[in-house]
Amino acid sequence: MEGTYDKAFENVVRLRIMSILMVNERYDFNSFKELLEVTDGNLASHLRNLENSDYIRVEKSFAGRKPLTNYSATAAGKKAFQAHLDFLENLIKENKP
Amino acid sequence: MRKPEQELSDIKSMMERSTRFLSLSGLAGVLAGIYAFVGAGIAWYWIYFPSTEYGAGTETISQADLQINLLAVALVVLVLAIGSAYLLSQQKSQKNSHQFWTPASKRFLYALFIPVLAGGLFSFALIHESAYLFIAPTTLIFYGLGLINASHFTLGEIKNLGFGQLIMGLTGAFFPEFGLICWAIGFGVLHVIYGSMMYYRYDR
Repeated sequence: MEGTYDKAFENVVRLRIMSILMVNERYDFNSFKELLEVTDGNLASHLRNLENSDYIRVEKSFAGRKPLTNYSATAAGKKAFQAHLDFLENLIKENKP
Repeated sequence: MRKPEQELSDIKSMMERSTRFLSLSGLAGVLAGIYAFVGAGIAWYWIYFPSTEYGAGTETISQADLQINLLAVALVVLVLAIGSAYLLSQQKSQKNSHQFWTPASKRFLYALFIPVLAGGLFSFALIHESAYLFIAPTTLIFYGLGLINASHFTLGEIKNLGFGQLIMGLTGAFFPEFGLICWAIGFGVLHVIYGSMMYYRYDR
């Protein structure tokens, strides 16, 4: 069967983070928090998890005086997400009678 | 594990919500159209009435007091239209419990207002150079380009509305005597048609 089920995307928050980063060049922490409606701690731990798998890249800067943390998907992350998508699509195809 | 269909629709919805401003209100489009139509009616009355021969009244626009009155009407229409769009879109985002200020909505506004602001300033240059006949087509063309530009960041139908404005603007540029009519059709009629279409499709 084509595609691979990736454990990293088993969690729905991580799946959503990666979906957003597939179509946005970069996305910041607060915007993630608002769109996903999760707590700071929860979001930070999922982001760290994806970062540790080298699926996303962190970029810290300042917007005026406020710290701004931007995230973007790495090439490896995009590839893994695409494989995960392929897996899901094939699963649907195979289960069709 | 959730159903794969559910996962895919979740992914699709996140991709859309993070890139597109989906809270644009259809009703605001209808209202903007009505304001524009009323504004165009007032302008027509001032410039052409009682003679209905189009183009016959254009020399009167150079009168300073009429100029100020026309600018005031245009400003009122603009403020009412933007105000309604802002309030109704904010209401819609609250109703759908979506955030209003997101990277997507900022990108949408940026894409729309760069051409629109440039067009506004260009129109002032036209007033300055007394090229009044080209103001209506200019506002239509720049607004149309802004809509086409912004359509990548909101509901896709906006692109067709943009092309409609562009066509009315170019028509008005080649037939300047029909400039005000084109303006009323573009900003008035097209907004009402598109606004009600979007309202029935997305807002109910």
